[in-house]
Amino acid sequence: MKLESRSPTGPIDTAWSRAKFEMKLVNPANKRKYKVIVVGSGLAGGSAAATLAELGYDVACFCFQDSPRRAHSIAAQGGINAAKNYQNDGDSVYRLFYDTVKGGDFRSRESNVHRLAEVSVDIIDQCAAMGVPFAREYGGTLANRSFGGAQVSRTFYARGQTGQQLLLGVYAALERQIGAGKVKMFPRTELLDVVVEDGRARGIVVRDLVTGAISSHSAHAVILATGGYGNAFFLSTNAKGCNVTATYRAYKKGAGFANPCYTQIHPTCIPVSGDYQSKLTLMSESLRNDGRVWVPKSAGDCAKKPGDIADDQRDYYLERKYPAFGNLSPRDIASRAAKEQCDDGRGVGPGGRGVYLDFRDAIKRDGKDKIAEKYGNLFEMYERITGEDPYKVPMRIYPAVHYTMGGLWVDYHLQTTIQGLFCLGEANFSDHGANRLGASALMQGLADGYFIISYTLGNYLAGVQASSLADPKSAAFKTSETEVKAKLDKLLSIRGKRSVDSFHKELGHTMWEDCGMARSKESLERAMAKIRTLREEFWTNVTVQGTQDSFNQSLEKAGRVADFLEFSELLCRDALEREESCGGHFRVEHEDQGEAKRDDKNFCHAAVWEYTGPDSPAIRNIEPLVFDNVHLATRSYK
Amino acid sequence: MSDLDLKLHVWRQPKRDAAGKFVTYDVKKVSTHASFLEMLDILNEQLIEKGEEPVAFDHDCREGICGMCSLMINGRPHGGKKATTTCQLHMRFYKNGDEIWIEPWRASAFPVIKDLCVDRTAFDKVIAAGGFITANTGSAPDANDVLIPKEQSDLAMDAAACIGCGACVAACPNGSAMLFTAAKLSHMHHLPQGQPERARRTLSMVSAMDAAGFGNCSNHYECEAACPKDISRDVIAELNRDYAKASFAHREHKAKSDGA
Repeated sequence: MKLESRSPTGPIDTAWSRAKFEMKLVNPANKRKYKVIVVGSGLAGGSAAATLAELGYDVACFCFQDSPRRAHSIAAQGGINAAKNYQNDGDSVYRLFYDTVKGGDFRSRESNVHRLAEVSVDIIDQCAAMGVPFAREYGGTLANRSFGGAQVSRTFYARGQTGQQLLLGVYAALERQIGAGKVKMFPRTELLDVVVEDGRARGIVVRDLVTGAISSHSAHAVILATGGYGNAFFLSTNAKGCNVTATYRAYKKGAGFANPCYTQIHPTCIPVSGDYQSKLTLMSESLRNDGRVWVPKSAGDCAKKPGDIADDQRDYYLERKYPAFGNLSPRDIASRAAKEQCDDGRGVGPGGRGVYLDFRDAIKRDGKDKIAEKYGNLFEMYERITGEDPYKVPMRIYPAVHYTMGGLWVDYHLQTTIQGLFCLGEANFSDHGANRLGASALMQGLADGYFIISYTLGNYLAGVQASSLADPKSAAFKTSETEVKAKLDKLLSIRGKRSVDSFHKELGHTMWEDCGMARSKESLERAMAKIRTLREEFWTNVTVQGTQDSFNQSLEKAGRVADFLEFSELLCRDALEREESCGGHFRVEHEDQGEAKRDDKNFCHAAVWEYTGPDSPAIRNIEPLVFDNVHLATRSYK
Repeated sequence: MSDLDLKLHVWRQPKRDAAGKFVTYDVKKVSTHASFLEMLDILNEQLIEKGEEPVAFDHDCREGICGMCSLMINGRPHGGKKATTTCQLHMRFYKNGDEIWIEPWRASAFPVIKDLCVDRTAFDKVIAAGGFITANTGSAPDANDVLIPKEQSDLAMDAAACIGCGACVAACPNGSAMLFTAAKLSHMHHLPQGQPERARRTLSMVSAMDAAGFGNCSNHYECEAACPKDISRDVIAELNRDYAKASFAHREHKAKSDGA
C-alpha cells in the first residue's frame, strides 16, 4: 500500500496557500459535467455537497436518516473552536495548531492540523453569514468560552446546541441547492458498497431503506463523510444509527484504515442505569468551565448525600493532580482519572461508577440565573433523564465512548488510498491524532467540507476525463449488487435464536471491558478471541424478521452489526500492536505514575491497515509522522 | 422504584397504502428508569423472541435533538410532557398496569411508511423553498463586522431551536405546519443577515407549505402546547405580519408564485 501524504514542503504557515495555488482548476463551464457522490449529510458531508454544488458540480447526496438535518453532528453541544483571538488573550492560528497537535498526543499530521487551524477563522465568518445564531455579548460581538486542553477562550457556541445550529446552517445551504436542482438528495438510503475499477472509485451501491430496492450510482468521485464507529461499543454517545459500514466496506475495497484503536472516551456522561440502556447521554464539556469534579476522600462516605460531605472531606482530584488545567484537563486524562477514583472504591451512585460534577460554588459565585443562562438546557436534560435537579444536588457523571479519531487514511488532499475516493470529517483519521480536543470535531467537519474539499477535489477532477463516467449497468456494478443482495439474503435466511441487538450488546460489553479505557495484551487477546466466537455465532444463530424488499429496520441493523463484528477485531488488533500509550489509547503496560507513556522511537507513526481477504490477516502499513514545528514532548497538563 | 407491567395498543401498518390496526401487547418488568423508546426496545425483543416482526419506529440520537423520533402517545405528540421528546420521556411518569395507546403522527402531509414511521420530507420542501440565507461558501465578511444585539440574537436562537420533528403538525386539527415554518422565518428575520431576502423568503415558504399539503392555521395553538422545544406561538404572529407586508410590497412576485 502506497502512503504518500502529499503534504506541502517548506514553511508550514504558508503551506496551504502555496498548495491551493498549485492545485489545478476545473473550468466553470466544465464543472457541471462532473458527477460527485457525497455519502453522509452531517457537517462534513452536507457542507461539501452544498459547496460543491455552489461551484457548479453535479452532486448527489445520500443519508440513511429521513432528512439531511438529522445527521449526528446535530447532537454536539458545547461549541466550535476558531483562532479568532477576539478575546485578546493570546490566541493565534499557531497556538490552535500547537494545542491540537499536543492535545492529540503527537499522533496527527502537522500539515493537516495547521491547515485546520488556519481555516477555522473562515468557518466562523461563513456560519455567521448564514444566520447561525451564535452567542453574543451585549455590544453585539461574538461571545466565547473555554474548553479542555486550552488556556485561551476560543470556543464559539450557540447555547448548548452548537452542533444543531451549525448543522441547520449546513442543511439550509444544502436545501438551497436541492431546491435549485443542483443537488439530488437521497434520504433513507444506505451505502452498501463502493465500486472500484482500475484503481479508481467509480460509484456506489445503495439500498433504499423504504422499498428495499438495491441500485447503483456512478460518479467521477465519491466522498465519504459517514462519521465515526463509536457504536462498536454498543453504548456510546453516538446516535443509534451511527455505524462503520461505509468506511469498513471501503476498507474492504482497498482503502487503508488508519489508527482504529484511537477512540475517545468522554469524561462527562450520565452513568449507565440498567441493562435496558440503549445509549449514553453526554453532558457537555463546557460544564467543566464552572462545575468542579470530585469524589469523597474516604470510600466510607460514598453512600452519604453529597451535601453532607464537608469540603475538607472532598477530593477535587483534577484540581489536585493537574493544577494548571484543573477541571479543564483534556478528555482522555479526565476520563482515566475518573476511572481511577472509581477503581479505588470512591465512586458514587449505583455500582460505584460515577463522580460528582458540582455547581454549588459557581451558583454561589455567579447566581443561579447566570448559570441557567449558560447551561440551562443541559441542566434540564440531566433532570429529565435522572430525575435529579443539578441546581440542588451535584450531577453524577462517568466516562463513555464518544468519538473516534481513527478512520480511513487520507492524504493532504483528503483522498484515501483509492483514487477518487475522498473521506471527510470524523470518518477520516487526519487531524486529531490520538485524542481530540473539545470543540474541534465541528471545526474539522466544516473545514473539510466548506474549505478544503472544494480545492482538492477540483485538483483531482482536472485530471479526469468527463467522458470517463462509469456505466452503472456495467459488470463491476452488477457484481457488487449481486454480492450485496447475497449478504442481505443470507442475513434473512439464518432464522436463528438471537436478536441482532443481543449480539451488538455482547460485542459492546466485550469492547468496553477489554478494549476501553485501559487495555492490556491479555485483555485485547481475550477480546479478539471472544469477537471471533461471537461473529461465528452471529452468522449461524441470528434472527432477522421481515423481508428484503420492504422497510426493515432489523435488516438495516443486522448489516451494520455484521460489519462491527469484523471491524472490532481490527480495532483490538491495532490496539494490541500499538505497544505504547498515547491519548485515548492507554496500554496498562506503558504508563508512568498513571500517565500515558508514549514510545516515539517505535510508534511515532500512523498505522494503516490493508485488507487482504476474509481469511487472511490485514497488513499493518505505516506513515511516519514528522514533527518539524511542534517539539515532540511529553504532554503535561500539570 | 419498582418495575412496571404495561398494556400497549400499538398501531401496526405494513406499508403506506395498506390498512392498519391497533394490536395489543403486554410488556412486563419495565424499569422506571428506562426511556419510552427503551420500553419499545424491550417490546421488540419480546416480539423477535416469538418470531414476530418488531414494531417499526423512527429514532436516532435519543437525546432530544435530532428530531427523528415521533409518536402519538395516548393522543398527545411525544406523550404530552412539557418540552420533552419521546426519546427523553422516561417511564417513571407511568404507573404499573397503565394502558398506553401508541400511534404514528396523523397528518395528510406525513404519510405512514410503516407502523409508527411517517414520511416528513414535506418539511424539507418548505426549507428548500426559502429557509436559508443565500451566502455562498467563501463570501462572508469577518463575523464581528456585523454586530447583532444580544436580545435579537437570543430571539433568533429561541426560534432556531426547532428540531423539525413534526409534533406541531400532528397536534394541529388542521395539520398545519405554521409553527414549523414560522419558527424558521423568525430565526432568520431576527438577524441582519436574514433581511435582504425577508419578503421573498416569507412568500416562498408559505406557498411551499400549502403546496406540500399542510392545512391552514386557525389559531388553536395546539402546536405550541405540543412543541418539545417550547417554540412560542408568537412566531406565527410574526409570520402573519411579514406575510401581509410582503404581499403588498411584492405583489408581482406573489402573482408569479401563485401562478396567476
